[in-house]
Amino acid sequence: MIMKNSLHWREYLITRLFRISGYSAIVFVGMIFFFLLREGLPALGKVEFVSLFSARWYPIEEYFGILPLIGGSLIVTIGATLIAVPFGVGAAIYISEIAPRWMREILKPLVEVLGGLPSVVLGFLGILILSPYLRILLNLPTGLTALAGSLLLGGIAIPTVVSVSEDALDAVPKSYRDAALALGATEWQTIWRVTLPAARSGVLTAVMLGVGRAIGETMAVMMVTGNAAVLPKGLGALFAPARTMTATIAAEMGEVANGSVHYHVLFFIGIILFLISLVVNVTASAVVFRQQKRQERILS
Amino acid sequence: MKQSFIVFLSFVFFLSGCGAPARSSEPSASIETIENKGSDTIVNLALAWAERYQELHPEVRISVTGGGSGTGIAALINNTVDIANASRQIKPEEIESAKANGSDPVEFVIARDAIAIIVNLENPVDELTLQQISDIYCGKINNWRDIGGEDRPIVRLSRETNSGTHVYFLEEVLRLGEKENKTLFSTDTLLLPSSEGISAEIRQNPNAIGYDGLGYVTEDMKVIAVARDASSPFILPSAESVNSGAYPIARDLYMYTNGEPLGTIAAYLEWILSPDAQQIVAELGFVPVTP
Repeated sequence: MIMKNSLHWREYLITRLFRISGYSAIVFVGMIFFFLLREGLPALGKVEFVSLFSARWYPIEEYFGILPLIGGSLIVTIGATLIAVPFGVGAAIYISEIAPRWMREILKPLVEVLGGLPSVVLGFLGILILSPYLRILLNLPTGLTALAGSLLLGGIAIPTVVSVSEDALDAVPKSYRDAALALGATEWQTIWRVTLPAARSGVLTAVMLGVGRAIGETMAVMMVTGNAAVLPKGLGALFAPARTMTATIAAEMGEVANGSVHYHVLFFIGIILFLISLVVNVTASAVVFRQQKRQERILS
Repeated sequence: MKQSFIVFLSFVFFLSGCGAPARSSEPSASIETIENKGSDTIVNLALAWAERYQELHPEVRISVTGGGSGTGIAALINNTVDIANASRQIKPEEIESAKANGSDPVEFVIARDAIAIIVNLENPVDELTLQQISDIYCGKINNWRDIGGEDRPIVRLSRETNSGTHVYFLEEVLRLGEKENKTLFSTDTLLLPSSEGISAEIRQNPNAIGYDGLGYVTEDMKVIAVARDASSPFILPSAESVNSGAYPIARDLYMYTNGEPLGTIAAYLEWILSPDAQQIVAELGFVPVTP
């Protein structure tokens, strides 16, 4: 009787603890969002809407146009995605589907080491090696450009994309591949038409995590993109300096007077960053959800 | 990078300097305290001085805090500090409010700070006028060809907007010291977060132009000689040219006391102008006021 009671209590306590840990994630996100709103929304009252969305960012003279910063973040992130997705998914396919066993044992830990490199170290390499090389190779005025940021961010995002999509590919049942090969498909056809579509939702999650990693990265970007707040016009902006939202917050938050207009505008930029990553995540899960529904329909 | 390391070092020395005499102090020795506050430009220098002076005079405690020139002067007006540090001269309205508060600020020039214009060693341009530098940074001149160099685009480098050097450069060079002038940096000016970022780009990019404190200039970059206007001579920054006032992009760094200083404070200020203390000025990349 006593033992049964204590078991019951233990069970109760442990489930409660896990439930609290589960809910805490929601609470933390909610609290962060609340804090961002509280500190950032006053910016809308203190700066006119038109000047907030203008093209000049020079906060010490009260120019608070955040469009160049949003544009800078987007162009750097798009560039990074274009680099990280093909290389990341390609590397994952190689590791999971093609590489011999011994090669896989070397590659997987190496990718994880790459993922563990502090971004500030990559930033140093970017300043000292990447940007001078880019300037000479592409004959640019300076190598401190959005492209340098994209290349570094691509490198930072690749390990995430590789390990998550490799897991997804690995989870595809062997019977799928066997069936495709038995029907006479070549190895490439099996990968492209069977394995990759079957792992699609996992690969998509990998891409979204990679994009999230890229848009939130600060230090490496601040060191190599030149931080010039120029409104990007077209794809040529990839070869010019850019200033991202994260770099702006990191560079300016330390010196800003608490409660000033500049302070509120920096938090407003934080809200926009938050919303962008929210949209990216919601879109990703919506796409994944829809595909799962379709798969279930086809299978039933 | 270098600066924060110095802050860290001086802080360590500061702590160890505080600890040692406390253990060996005799109960009869009375400790005199000097409160020193103000400009962030000067804070490293003031810390280094305080640390050295406390080694020489264990009976004196000097507490140094930053916060900006305005903060320091406001504290002096309110009579909460003994010495205020300022990287600009006290304003007439500040003197008035000090007088109204019964205090009387006395000025000491304790060091000078010069800003060097730097380019890549390969760049053939040797000299520029203030007007030309202003035109470069506000985007009117975009090619080195226009100022006697090669046919190359100009890449403008600057410190971030939160740096005191950035603000000084904006007011004294871009706007040529004119109050009504509202010139801004060209939007494609690269804002780099550290002095090291500027040095690294200058070393390898022949298109670049940058500026930084004289103490950060190294052998592997070229310093431009600057003229106040088209009819003035071109001057290279050095301790002599800064002290004689010939080099145009330099400023005095100040300490202010409440009335003529007496006792410990007077002794400290006198020591600051001594060769020993001015040696520290040169080590930190500023220009000593006395040779």
